[in-house]
Amino acid sequence: MKISYYPGCTLKTKAKNFEESTLCALKTLGLEVEEIDRWNCCGTVFSLAADDIIHHVAPIRNLIRTREAHSDAVLTPCAMCYNTLKRANEKVKNDPETLKTINTFIDAEGIAYHGDVRVFHPLELLRDELTFEKLAAKVVKPLTSLKVANYYGCLLVRPKEIGLDDVENPRVMENLDRALGAVPVDFPHKTECCGSYETVDHPEIVAERTMTILSSARDRGAEVVAVSCPLCAFNLDDRQKQTAQLYSGFKTIPVLYFSQLLAIALGCPEESLRLDLHYVDPKPVLKAKGFI
Amino acid sequence: MRVTLSSRKVQDEFVKKIEELSGQKILACYQCGKCSAGCPAVSEMDLLPNQVIRFVQLGLKEELLESQSYWVCASCLTCNARCPKGIKIAEVMEAIRQILLRRKKERVVVSRLTDREREDVPPIALISSFRKYTS
Repeated sequence: MKISYYPGCTLKTKAKNFEESTLCALKTLGLEVEEIDRWNCCGTVFSLAADDIIHHVAPIRNLIRTREAHSDAVLTPCAMCYNTLKRANEKVKNDPETLKTINTFIDAEGIAYHGDVRVFHPLELLRDELTFEKLAAKVVKPLTSLKVANYYGCLLVRPKEIGLDDVENPRVMENLDRALGAVPVDFPHKTECCGSYETVDHPEIVAERTMTILSSARDRGAEVVAVSCPLCAFNLDDRQKQTAQLYSGFKTIPVLYFSQLLAIALGCPEESLRLDLHYVDPKPVLKAKGFI
Repeated sequence: MRVTLSSRKVQDEFVKKIEELSGQKILACYQCGKCSAGCPAVSEMDLLPNQVIRFVQLGLKEELLESQSYWVCASCLTCNARCPKGIKIAEVMEAIRQILLRRKKERVVVSRLTDREREDVPPIALISSFRKYTS
């Protein structure tokens, strides 16, 4: 199976740490992927209006690009891109009318889309194709005693039809932690929304969500929080500034991408982690444990 | 809140439009409240999700259009995941937003965003905000 890589807009900018750590980790595991040529923004959210077809064009175009690269599948680490691409894919696979309309609309692309690309998330690849047993065998720097709270957010697990794990109690990131030698810390807010796009107009709503989610993780002993979405990362990391301003007694906690933990454990160089792109500096915790 | 119920309101085009745009059978809701119980944004809402559905069922268009609830909805889909009748409440919220946005009443006016706002937030936040709050 040939897999192409789709970064999405934010992994090339604010979330370069997510991209570089993911690509380094995949390379170390012998799972090299090639970036799609001429990809466009996926649209970030799947349109929920029943009559909307135009907003599905952007994700489908990316799947056409995947086909042009002679790939059967596309891998995307960003949870929002994963959700949007996969939902658009499932929609057109189940609705030939819509697929026909889209193909006619973008006939200038030269090739039509036939619903034959699979959309993957790296966590799925690690769990199902590689397996966590094989991954554990490749770990050179176990993350011993690092207590990780895994924050899934919304779009990795909802809706159930496309989610990569259980809707209410996903376990894939916890199992990843164990394979890497870390200690997963379960907490009740791991699938509760971070506030998403509210962060543009109403950062105070996000600050309240961040307060609730991170306090819950901290209270259960977490030393870091792992995420898989650049918007969750922004809301839970960068917005800790507003949270601390609004809620006295709030204690900061570093937020990392799961791929950064993976990259450390697999022996990737520190430069690939891009730890300079965080608001709450994760270096003190990682240094104290001897990981960097 | 005082509302007047009438069969005229229930049979209004508005209810049909919401059903059409959301693709949901609004009358299937039996007001169990699981959607509201799971919604992370309720502290910001004037009408709870299950109340929004109720208002749609009763065709209370004026009261609904004054509510702020569907603007603070973040489409987290928890309501969809919890509904025992398989109703997609998030789609109903989207339908109400779309009815208003398609009247060209934008929520986020792009030109009014400050440079600072545009620089600080990542592209993913700006784009999803535009998708949900502009027509």
